[in-house]
Amino acid sequence: MYDSGKIILGLIIFVGLFTSPVWYDLASGKATDKPNLVFPTKEDQKECVNTAEYMREFHMDLLNVWRDEVVRKGVRTYTSNTGKHFEMSLTKTCTGCHSNKAEFCDQCHNYLGVTPYCWNCHVEPHSAEIKQ
Amino acid sequence: MNENRRKFLKLTGLAALGAATGKFADVFAKEKLTKISSLNITGKKRTTLVGIDSKKRWAMVIDLKKCLVEEGCTKCIDACHKIHNVPDFENPKDEIKWIWKEPYEQAFLDQENYYQKDNLKDKPVPIFCNHCDNPPCVRVCPTEATWKREDGIVMMDWHRCIGCRYCMAACPYGSRSFNWRDPRPFIKDIDPDFPTRTKGVVEKCTFCDERIAKGQLPACVEACSEKAMVFGDLNDPKSNVRELLKENFSIRRKPELGTNPEIYYLV
Repeated sequence: MYDSGKIILGLIIFVGLFTSPVWYDLASGKATDKPNLVFPTKEDQKECVNTAEYMREFHMDLLNVWRDEVVRKGVRTYTSNTGKHFEMSLTKTCTGCHSNKAEFCDQCHNYLGVTPYCWNCHVEPHSAEIKQ
Repeated sequence: MNENRRKFLKLTGLAALGAATGKFADVFAKEKLTKISSLNITGKKRTTLVGIDSKKRWAMVIDLKKCLVEEGCTKCIDACHKIHNVPDFENPKDEIKWIWKEPYEQAFLDQENYYQKDNLKDKPVPIFCNHCDNPPCVRVCPTEATWKREDGIVMMDWHRCIGCRYCMAACPYGSRSFNWRDPRPFIKDIDPDFPTRTKGVVEKCTFCDERIAKGQLPACVEACSEKAMVFGDLNDPKSNVRELLKENFSIRRKPELGTNPEIYYLV
């Protein structure tokens, strides 16, 4: 190979620059950042509509089903596996307990880089108070 | 082809196949889990959780004599627009309206009598979605974002609206408004219990479906101090609306179009 020294050096510099964001994150300790969720602590807020495991993976599916049940079928009450009744409402039931969007919803959504558009229309908990 | 290359191709092929099946198995596993879990959502007690009562046919009767008692009254409009987070764009071209008022002659274009009764002439008539029995907006909606419920309410699913505005073109009553801009900054007090809309979505009166579901009356009916608006079930011969229609002469807006509007006006 002609000019192998220059080429290899060039390649090393290129790979280094190309992967620099990764190195930067590793160096600054951001790579070990994890979503830090704040959970509701009040006694009457201990029970969710489903298990934490299920909610973690499928809350978006559940919310889609809720949406269709409420808007299209007019069914507004949800019966959980434990037999408890909940109103199918993002702003009343879900954020009734998880009342801080930045400390709960946004933690994972930002971490994963997803931007659900629920909040374009549905009102964030306490956002009215913050405005004042 | 030499032996080495052949082996290499075989191996990569097998590896690709393996990776693909692994991926598929993953997808199916997730699918299965979702299905099982969604069964919980519509559990056994479903039958007791009443949704839409298909035996009913909601309608409204508006007594104009009572409505016109208080001049310049906007109680019904204010109540409706407040609880539904209706924005006020201040520019009439962008106006969003669920209930609004129109002079009698404009509201009832088919009432052609040149000389009208004094108590009606040029008087403001409250108008809103007629919740037609044969709604033209529903026919044209390409995404089923608007549809007629079994109880007669012409509903809107703002999640599905793509903002094509076919419904606005089809509605002969101008009952639908379009959000040309993000409405949030133009809502004075946002009611957190009701969603706002977003840019590019059509909105209109939904007969307060969220209140009816709780057994409450529509907000406008409740707000009217003269009790000029009466909400009830047309399918029940003994209902308040049927009684009123039996005893009084009523008119509807543009009935000749065949849309079968379900808002009746007593004149």
